[in-house]
Amino acid sequence: MPLFDSDCTRSKHIEQERHLRANDRDFNQKFYYVDNQIKTSKYNVFTFLPINLFEQFQRIANAYFLFLLILQLIPQVSSLSWYTTVVPLMLVLIITAVKDAIDDYHRYQSDNQVNNREVMILINGKLRKEKWMHVQVGDIIKMENNHFVTADLLLLSSSEPYGLLYIETAELDGETNLKVKQALTVTSDMGENTQALADFDGEVRCEAPNNRLDKFRGALTYKENKYSLDNEKILLRGCTLRNTEWCYGLVIFAGQDTKLMQNSGLSAFKRTNIDRLMNVLVLWIFGFLVMMCTVLAIGNSVWESYKGYYFQVYLPWIHKPPNSSFSGFLMFWSYVIILNTVVPISLYVSIEVIRLGSSFYIDWDTKMYYPKKNTPALARTTTLTEELGQIQYIFSDKTGTLTQNIMIFNKCTINGKMYGHACDFSGQRADITAKTEKVDFAFNSMADPKFVFYDHSLMEAVKICDPKVHEFFRLLSLCHTVMSEEKQKGLLVYQAQSPDEGALVTAARNFGFVFRSRTPETITIVEMGETKIYELLSILDFDNVRKRMSVIVRHPDKKLYLYCKGADTIVFERLNSSSQQLRDITTSHLDEFAGDGLRTLALAYKELDEESFDNWQKRYQEASIALENRDEQLSELYEEIEKDLKLLGATAVEDKLQDGVPQTIQTLSKANIKIWVLTGDKQETAVNIGYACNMLHEDMNKIFIIEGSSAEEVRVELRKASATMKERDQAEDEVISIKQPKKQFFLPEEHVNGEYGLVINGDTLAHALEDLEVEFLKAACLCKTVICCRATPLQKAQVVELVKKYKKAITLAIGDGANDVSMIKAAHIGVGISGEEGTQAVLSSDFSFAQFRYLQRLLLVHGRWSYLRMCRFLRYFFYKNFAFTFVHFWYGFFCGFSAQTVYDEWFITLYNLVYTSLPVLAMSLFEQDVNDRWSMAYPQLYEPGQFNLYFSKLAFVECIIHGVYSSLVLFFIPYGALFEAERDDGKTVSDYQSFALIAQTCLLVAVTLQIALDTTYWTAINHFFIWGSLAVYFAITFTMYSNGMYLMFPTSFPFIGTARNALNQPHVWLTIFLTAVMCVLPVILVRYLKGELKPTFSNKLRCRICQMKMIPPKQAISRLKRPSVRRSAYAFSHQRGFGALITSGKNMRIRTVNLIPSKTGASSNVDKQK
Amino acid sequence: MATNYSPKDDEGEQHKSRKPDNTAFKQQRLPAWQPILTAGTVLPAFFIIGLVFIPIGIGLFVTSNNIKEFEIDYTGIEPNSPCGICANNGTWNTTCTCEVHFRLDQPFEGNVFMYYGLSNFYQNHRRYVKSRDDSQLNGDKSSLKDPSKECEPYRMSNGRPIAPCGAIANSLFNDTLVLYYMDNGTRKEIQLTSNGIAWWTDKNVKFRNPTGDGNLSTIFKDTAKPLNWPKPVYDLDPTDPHNNGFINEDFIVWMRTAALPTFRKLYRLIMKTDSLTPTLQQGNYTLHVTYNYPVLSFDGRKRMILSTISWMGGKNPFLGIAYITVGSICFFLGVVLLIIHHKYGNRNTSADIPN
Repeated sequence: MPLFDSDCTRSKHIEQERHLRANDRDFNQKFYYVDNQIKTSKYNVFTFLPINLFEQFQRIANAYFLFLLILQLIPQVSSLSWYTTVVPLMLVLIITAVKDAIDDYHRYQSDNQVNNREVMILINGKLRKEKWMHVQVGDIIKMENNHFVTADLLLLSSSEPYGLLYIETAELDGETNLKVKQALTVTSDMGENTQALADFDGEVRCEAPNNRLDKFRGALTYKENKYSLDNEKILLRGCTLRNTEWCYGLVIFAGQDTKLMQNSGLSAFKRTNIDRLMNVLVLWIFGFLVMMCTVLAIGNSVWESYKGYYFQVYLPWIHKPPNSSFSGFLMFWSYVIILNTVVPISLYVSIEVIRLGSSFYIDWDTKMYYPKKNTPALARTTTLTEELGQIQYIFSDKTGTLTQNIMIFNKCTINGKMYGHACDFSGQRADITAKTEKVDFAFNSMADPKFVFYDHSLMEAVKICDPKVHEFFRLLSLCHTVMSEEKQKGLLVYQAQSPDEGALVTAARNFGFVFRSRTPETITIVEMGETKIYELLSILDFDNVRKRMSVIVRHPDKKLYLYCKGADTIVFERLNSSSQQLRDITTSHLDEFAGDGLRTLALAYKELDEESFDNWQKRYQEASIALENRDEQLSELYEEIEKDLKLLGATAVEDKLQDGVPQTIQTLSKANIKIWVLTGDKQETAVNIGYACNMLHEDMNKIFIIEGSSAEEVRVELRKASATMKERDQAEDEVISIKQPKKQFFLPEEHVNGEYGLVINGDTLAHALEDLEVEFLKAACLCKTVICCRATPLQKAQVVELVKKYKKAITLAIGDGANDVSMIKAAHIGVGISGEEGTQAVLSSDFSFAQFRYLQRLLLVHGRWSYLRMCRFLRYFFYKNFAFTFVHFWYGFFCGFSAQTVYDEWFITLYNLVYTSLPVLAMSLFEQDVNDRWSMAYPQLYEPGQFNLYFSKLAFVECIIHGVYSSLVLFFIPYGALFEAERDDGKTVSDYQSFALIAQTCLLVAVTLQIALDTTYWTAINHFFIWGSLAVYFAITFTMYSNGMYLMFPTSFPFIGTARNALNQPHVWLTIFLTAVMCVLPVILVRYLKGELKPTFSNKLRCRICQMKMIPPKQAISRLKRPSVRRSAYAFSHQRGFGALITSGKNMRIRTVNLIPSKTGASSNVDKQK
Repeated sequence: MATNYSPKDDEGEQHKSRKPDNTAFKQQRLPAWQPILTAGTVLPAFFIIGLVFIPIGIGLFVTSNNIKEFEIDYTGIEPNSPCGICANNGTWNTTCTCEVHFRLDQPFEGNVFMYYGLSNFYQNHRRYVKSRDDSQLNGDKSSLKDPSKECEPYRMSNGRPIAPCGAIANSLFNDTLVLYYMDNGTRKEIQLTSNGIAWWTDKNVKFRNPTGDGNLSTIFKDTAKPLNWPKPVYDLDPTDPHNNGFINEDFIVWMRTAALPTFRKLYRLIMKTDSLTPTLQQGNYTLHVTYNYPVLSFDGRKRMILSTISWMGGKNPFLGIAYITVGSICFFLGVVLLIIHHKYGNRNTSADIPN
């Protein structure tokens, strides 16, 4: 909590357009733009109490108790002492307030940490270090390499030529490859000249703050010229500056207005399914209460006019006006007070305590602790635990969640020989263990020490100068768009546009083909220790259609070569017929790679003759300056030259999955949980990972890839898909899709014939989410696996919202990057992976841990237990309160409906608080039907939660019926037994106090036995609490009814001696025994019969465990068999590659290269140097 | 919250392992007993309960049946019944007597207890129940002078505090019952003991006279008697000076309000005289009633009950019948369950659980 609110007075206005002037705070002040401070905490020291109390009394139950308290202060109505309400209410309020305060303090701390980061601001021509929160719109700030971008900036200038700048957007969209931004020439010319920057007075007019990450519209007016601004010139908060020494930027959006913050949405208060159900039930209970009170009030009116009127001899009416209907009216309120225990106030506190307990269990679980990063699991929100047991849909991010976001050169096949398997001494393939000897790259001083390879035969092949092997690695070191940086001698750092490329170039580097540097027209390679310079003639860059890239180089020996790498199918089409045999062998190797879930690329090359190349190049030059059909012409030319290739081999790169991901996914799908992957990544990558982690597999009947550029196309595709999946009900399908939903409705679960997968990409998703929501969802829900690729953060959230809206299902979103934040917040439960991509996701998540595989334990063990415990708790809690309260109702008929309580007031006060709270709490903290290993071994056990089988409205009605039955027993058995009863010395025990004592003792024994029956996991603590509660009851009762207490406070403890005089009677004990047995026996009967006639899975399992005393199975670590159909893929970037930039030399550091600066930026002019 | 980019930067924490403790409690591996409801436990339970309850029930029922109880309603609703005249004319302060004749068909042995019973009398009405001041009754001087507000409208009378205050005290049962044995035409009064009819705790702890100089009448000097009472509280029992004031046993018994609108309260003890003759012989008796307590206006009833006592108190067949019923049902259910178990018991095998 901050000490003061700083900006509570700022007027809110809706911004249409942003207008700002650089370096002119006074000008910008007029618009009241927010500064860069962020605030997510709610209270400060002074506002805490009023706001928090206000919030708490908004809860229906708390407000109700306040109302009760007021009622109790009216003497005519008050049927109970005020303390019966105040004590529990205070307890509830205090516990909740303390919890809120702690939560808010944590938020305040994290805000503070961010707000106090430092950045250089240009103020009055001088750079000053300032805190982030003091940055204002219109300021010019300087940032350095690896810094986080402070706010949304207009890039002015950078250390790189042409105002280029590299950023990593992992925090925003999860992509770790570098992106290029470029400043306007007019601003980049200012460079590092602080004076020029300080004098800069450009005016920016642009769109109002919004959450679109990929679009920006605006204009800069400077020196009477107007320059249009687009997303290329904007740095967004949340990005990281890479590979750029410094840059200057003009703050456009700050703080809450930044696109990042706009995207993260409001942190809505999450409520669980049970909470929502509880709210409904509380309303029911209110209705019920009003009904009971009305019945009793009418009863009172009738009684007062037929009996009370005449009984005035002994009991005159004191209320005014003295009539029976007014008495009935008063009695209504008196009964509202007495029967208030049906509205369970302590329930809310107990629920919080139970959830807190489950959260602690999650924090404490060593099996969710990740030693490598020293991170235990963390339940950040403590109010959602039981919902973990009800998840039906999991939305998972890919990068960093399923995968480690590490690409590893794993295997390769060169000229028909496969490399990459570890071998033992006899040459047999062996599993890779920690002991397996790694290939030693010591001969190569420039090798990357992190690179690991196990197959020594490849090294040997390199050393004996196998020409094909050399050609293979030469290709890898030449054919790419990686940039290198050599900060120290021999210490190379590669900047790759995609991690795959990085992995391949690194592999070549370690095997002695070190890519060292490049200029626009040369590539320098250190080949087996010998530096060679290749002349780069052309880059035939990749894109999504071509799925390949080629380079044309001139070797030092003047020979011309074309090197090509690409998707195997594409490359194989272009092979020379001589490669036929090699192709077949390679294909079989590729199949094997695919079986291991590796991403493959085929490599091929050919020698070009000078003449035909010259010819080609001429036409290429013409084509590249053509005004019409330039792209078509170019691609034709590419086709022309990329043919008759000679196959070299193929690479296999592993997109390293996190540990245990396929197993986890398999287990979760056995638990009937549907897993959707929502990723910002490319379709190929996403599909590949889908295969790798067994979400997609070849046994599936069909995998639909939905692509369409218009809503109509998408609709047709979706229809087709749904029709295939359920051929029969097509007609009915049409009807529903025409009727657009008018009000909230839920889609039913539908039957599918077979297993299907669905892949959809971002653009298509946009159409699908706009007006084909229902259709999309229907199709998607029919599929076993859904993968959405290239989804923006907002779309991710929209998909989650869509499922939430139309499916009566609990959703969980898991992710690790800033791009997952909105999805994490949208889902019922958000889980953050505390891992690679920063901590944003973690901060907005409800639970966090380090590895995806822990999700399995979180749901199947913790979630299931929490749900089970919560439901058992609720059922018992409602039961005990109904049993308690209804007795008053029955008693009303015998006491003239006068709101006389059956029990002692102290008992009423302590019943929920002391006598019955601990046993049920112990049950709800320790209960487990089967232990964790069984829970993991049989994921089917998870299903009851998804269908709300343990607690629902029906279960609630059962509780009511059970409670009514018990209350009947608890009232009428003592009634019968004590009617005109006498003690064994002739004195009567049918007085009110004895009756109260006996009734309450019966009640307490009955509910204690009930909890004993409900508890199936009796730890020592359960024994202690259950028997202890009974003991405490008798101890407190005897104490309160003792002489001493009475003599000290005669009016507070009028029950003196009742316990002694009543509880020494055998027939009183026989009565208690009888009621207890009568309350418990039917429950035993029903439970036994249920287990006998309709056993649930859990019943059966428990029986079996019990019978066989079985030791839980070890978690099967079965190697999942993967189908062996190959999926060749390249980690294509969705953008055009760096190829154009490289050949134009724009991003080269070597400034001596004499180039004509081009204003148009990224136009491809590959052959300029030629 | 979406703005923290770097993990916690407290350097000191980095080196310390944050691995949770591996204790049975934290890892939820506490040893536990896990009972489950199986045929092996449930069926025997039903049979055992049946077999235990039926004998208990029979025992209770027989005991209850052996208790002698005689009850006579002397309200006098019918004008020509013995107390009819008193019932219709009697008020609080007029003294009217009547006699009711009855016959005991069996002799009553052992100590016999004489109760008065009231019906349709709502001693458990909330306003009635709370209309008392326990501090005052416990002898608290200040409460004597200034009774609790709960006593309204029986708190003050003519500016003086009422002692004892409240509706309960005000409605004290004040019929006087005397029992005669008709031995061949001669009336023999039966010795009624009024000592020991209240709970010991009530008499000795809960109810106490205010202490002070002089006798009770001076202590209660500044107080008023309850409106309905003919005599002040210190003059309730003219025969025994120690049975006056708040510790008068009849008063104490009355003040212990009944749970239900039909109730009985101990009036007198008839102590066993010698072991040879029964305490109350078979024969004709006359109940002499000094009829002061009007109940007819609210359709109440007054009864006189004579009863002997057993280890389980007075005559009450309810508990015995209840035990027998529950026991029989349990036994029957046990048989039904046994049949069900034989027919369907195989379903619960875990054949469909894969290993």
